[in-house]
Amino acid sequence: MPYTEGAPISDQRVPAGPIETRWDRRRFSARLVNPANRRNRSVIVVGTGLAGGSAAATLGELGYRVKSFCYQDSPRRAHSIAAQGGINAAKNYRNDGDSVHRLFYDTVKGGDFRSRESNVHRLAQISVEIIDQCVAQGVPFAREYGGLLDTRSFGGAQVSRTFYARGQTGQQLLLGAYQALERQVAAGRVEMHPRTEMLDLVVVDGRARGIVVRDLVSGAVSTHFADAVVLATGGYGNVFHLSTNAKGCNATAIWRAHRRGALFANPCFTQIHPTCIPISGDHQSKLTLMSESLRNDGRVWVPRDPHDTRAPNDIPEADRDYFLERMYPAFGNLVPRDIASRAAKNISDEKRGVHLDFADAIARLGTPAVEQRYGNLFEMYQRITGDDPYRTPMRIYPAVHYTMGGLWVDYDLRSTIPGLYVIGEANFSDHGANRLGASALMQGLADGYFVLPGVIGDYLADAPFDPVDDHHPAVADTVSEVRGRVKTLLAVDGDRTVESFHRELGRLMWDECGMERNEAGLRKALERIPELREEFWQRVKVPGTGERLNQELEKAGRVADFFELAELMCVDALHREESCGGHFRSESQTPDGEALRDDANFSYVAAWEYTGVGQPPVLHKEELVFEHVTPSTRSYS
Amino acid sequence: MKLTLRIWRQSGATGRLVEYVVDDLSPDMSFLEALDVLNERLITTGQEPVAFDHDCREGICGMCGMMINGMAHGPERATTACQLHLRHFRDGDVVTVEPWRAEPFPVVRDLVVDRSAFDRIVAAGGYISVPTGSAPDAHATPVPKPDADTAFEAAACIGCGACVAACPNGSAMLFTAAKATHLGVLPQGQPERYSRARDMVAEHDAAGFGGCTNTGECTSACPKGIPLTTIARLNADLLRAHTTRSDR
Amino acid sequence: MDTIGLYRTTVGKKVVMAVTGAGLLLYVVVHMLGNLTVFSGAEAINGYGRWLREIGVVWPTRVALLVCVTLHFVAAYQLTAKARKARGRYQHRRRVQGSYAARTMRWGGVIIALFVVYHLLDLTVGWLNPNGVPGEIHANVVADFRHWYVVLAYSVAVLALGFHIRHGVWSATQTLGVTTSRVIGLAVAVAICAGFLSVPFAVFTGLVS
Repeated sequence: MPYTEGAPISDQRVPAGPIETRWDRRRFSARLVNPANRRNRSVIVVGTGLAGGSAAATLGELGYRVKSFCYQDSPRRAHSIAAQGGINAAKNYRNDGDSVHRLFYDTVKGGDFRSRESNVHRLAQISVEIIDQCVAQGVPFAREYGGLLDTRSFGGAQVSRTFYARGQTGQQLLLGAYQALERQVAAGRVEMHPRTEMLDLVVVDGRARGIVVRDLVSGAVSTHFADAVVLATGGYGNVFHLSTNAKGCNATAIWRAHRRGALFANPCFTQIHPTCIPISGDHQSKLTLMSESLRNDGRVWVPRDPHDTRAPNDIPEADRDYFLERMYPAFGNLVPRDIASRAAKNISDEKRGVHLDFADAIARLGTPAVEQRYGNLFEMYQRITGDDPYRTPMRIYPAVHYTMGGLWVDYDLRSTIPGLYVIGEANFSDHGANRLGASALMQGLADGYFVLPGVIGDYLADAPFDPVDDHHPAVADTVSEVRGRVKTLLAVDGDRTVESFHRELGRLMWDECGMERNEAGLRKALERIPELREEFWQRVKVPGTGERLNQELEKAGRVADFFELAELMCVDALHREESCGGHFRSESQTPDGEALRDDANFSYVAAWEYTGVGQPPVLHKEELVFEHVTPSTRSYS
Repeated sequence: MKLTLRIWRQSGATGRLVEYVVDDLSPDMSFLEALDVLNERLITTGQEPVAFDHDCREGICGMCGMMINGMAHGPERATTACQLHLRHFRDGDVVTVEPWRAEPFPVVRDLVVDRSAFDRIVAAGGYISVPTGSAPDAHATPVPKPDADTAFEAAACIGCGACVAACPNGSAMLFTAAKATHLGVLPQGQPERYSRARDMVAEHDAAGFGGCTNTGECTSACPKGIPLTTIARLNADLLRAHTTRSDR
Repeated sequence: MDTIGLYRTTVGKKVVMAVTGAGLLLYVVVHMLGNLTVFSGAEAINGYGRWLREIGVVWPTRVALLVCVTLHFVAAYQLTAKARKARGRYQHRRRVQGSYAARTMRWGGVIIALFVVYHLLDLTVGWLNPNGVPGEIHANVVADFRHWYVVLAYSVAVLALGFHIRHGVWSATQTLGVTTSRVIGLAVAVAICAGFLSVPFAVFTGLVS
């Protein structure tokens, strides 16, 4: 096995005792910073999505000096903006039996018992406050005629706890956080640095003290220092090249932090979303998600004969296989994401896709009713594919969507580097091996608005720390490493584009470390990735200079980090010889082809320590304890 | 299919249109994917690729935007450049691609412009002052559904800048009005409603955008179809702000 | 009331244009109705002219119009100057996707202003009128519109005014905070054009002589 095992780790900051009061007790035990002293404490926040935007705004409101960074031209464009479905909250406005405990229970179970009970319970508690906060900010959630908030059931949940703003919930929540952030920018408490990319973490005397960034317009590499650094840089789905992530989404910030000593937890836990628009050709630059709600009325089928060349409408009922309804009679088309995705992949390929057919729904409800529910989605589909879903069945196919893994954090969201906090999708903490629909927005905002601001004072109470500047040896080393790397990328001057390497890596990862993994495939990937990485550093072609806007250079740096992360993902996937959530090992399945978890051997968080490029990482296990939810087998048949 | 792309190239203070013939395109590609194809070719032949802003590529982040044959985001209504597909062009078409142009949107490089003026307009007042933790229960204030719908319609703005690029006055009033309307129709936004209108318009003007003369080009170009009624609403609020007590 | 503060904004300048435009529109409507008295014979229109002088509204109206025109023009000039600085210049001509009437406001305004000068010299002062006797309104009008080129010039100006009003009415209400139907502006414009054009064409075709 290409790894070694080190000492186990554990979460030192979570209080013991009743789970319901752990968060209260932790907030009480955390030290505070006197309001007058907060302006002498500085925090760097990287990323301006739901987690980073809300954190920077809230820390600014509290009076800390905040510097906020994003690679986009405006903080409003972070990829949280593309989340469609909604945000969960245990408000129980429907009186349908929801409660904090039920949301907690559903999330732990949905995560296939690979998340921490304490964190998830806190998330469920805070969910309620998030909705209040967002409504007060003016987030235009859907409402009923009585003027109260509308909710819907989402992703197979049995209660209606999902708040939404048409198909643009992420956008509206992000704009709320962005506006709060801009208010702090205007107040002078947050200094905003758009079009600035973090390229490394500055660690001085064991503490995270700053970052090295590149100004994407001028190309200047510079340092920023603070008493604490918060990474809110999102997930790493773009390792797969094609995903529903934005083109710019990358893992550089967390990967660089990992290389500086932060442990990386559960990197192989990635989520694949079943209802995306299939690939139309090699030119494909990204994949577009269609809301999961389509499965409420659409029926999924494939031709019985995979080589059937007839148009979908010409294929008679007898020659169609409604495979989800056949395989999972109880849940039918509404089985959870991971199950629907795997079934689709097993039965078709990414160019043909599977059909999502609304003919029955249109016959039953009438076109106007279908239009009312899905009109904007149908329009989007037609814009991209040119097909009219009212007449022709849609074609859908699974795509990489979200990464549950991320930097390891404790209950305070602090990584293994003191002073380095990781929030939102960038950390690993709340979703276990599978994230439930409408829970990503909840977690991002919980971390940013409430959790981090509630406990970061405990660390900042010891600040301000000794001033550091560019002359400090640790800083100078980091800066020269960054400069050297930029220079090397430009100097290779080979014959292959960054895109072609990214495409090849993505293809490999999708095939061997995608929806279904097995030992042979993972070993093959682990052989191929280092070769490809070597080739990259020999043959990549990055035109232009580093002294101005150079989008190829940006991309090259990101892809270079994807190679290293991809390797760790495969190592993690290979070592976890069980199936759970989004991680399906074909060696570990029930006789009828369902995921088979191995609680006896794998009920732990795999936190990896970096030892060098291509070197075997060190595995640190954090044992998972279940006191409130008893692990059981997820069953949907 | 084949397109002749005439693309604005600029790396210093001035630039020019450069013509590229791109073949082996597919009608299923998006317009940005056609630029990807061109860039791949430019890189492998040792030239610098065309710089253009883009990110989500699903029409929601507002990062992409360019004038395509004199139309912001191209010929399709309610569609961003990343969602515009080549099937709307004919084989052999000549397509001119230019950056957004307006005094407050200086060109950074090629098709990339600086839209930070939009952030400054929002910072001037495009928010509801509610520090984290101070919110009442979400159901404390019911919002009539029509108001919620109006707010949503205005809040759908993606801040891409097409309104400015299309406006013969270089005005950003549709952008400003969309935010003022989103917050101004909600009960939560009432306390700051008039000062918000006043401060955002002041920043809009200070940023160097032109005044709105209601030509309607903006709403035609807007990929989210933000209506002109938002501008009337902003005007009404601004009038109110200046005709009632000045501390409001 | 913070008038200066309001005027400093681009919206405030538009408000001034809307209010002064409304004043000018009111005048145009009254003027047009007055013109229609020509159909009741020479004495009717000449008497109407005398009556206006007798009740003493002429000079106050002229002063008010001058104020409105000046403010309307100054605000328009300032907005145009700001727009010229703000707007982008494209290599590929920008496609008009909104309304053409809106795009002709500035040139339309200039045409109308030039016409007003001619119109004053023609029918108010009488220097450019073939008859040109003050007070003989009917005779002056008839002398004018026998000539095709006068009718043509007048028609061009009235159509420019129609376009200006069509967008102006809608734009002014929008500026003052109410979005109205564009049909209202169109209806007002058509009515005013029809009213103004009826006189020269009646003279030209011999209906009025």
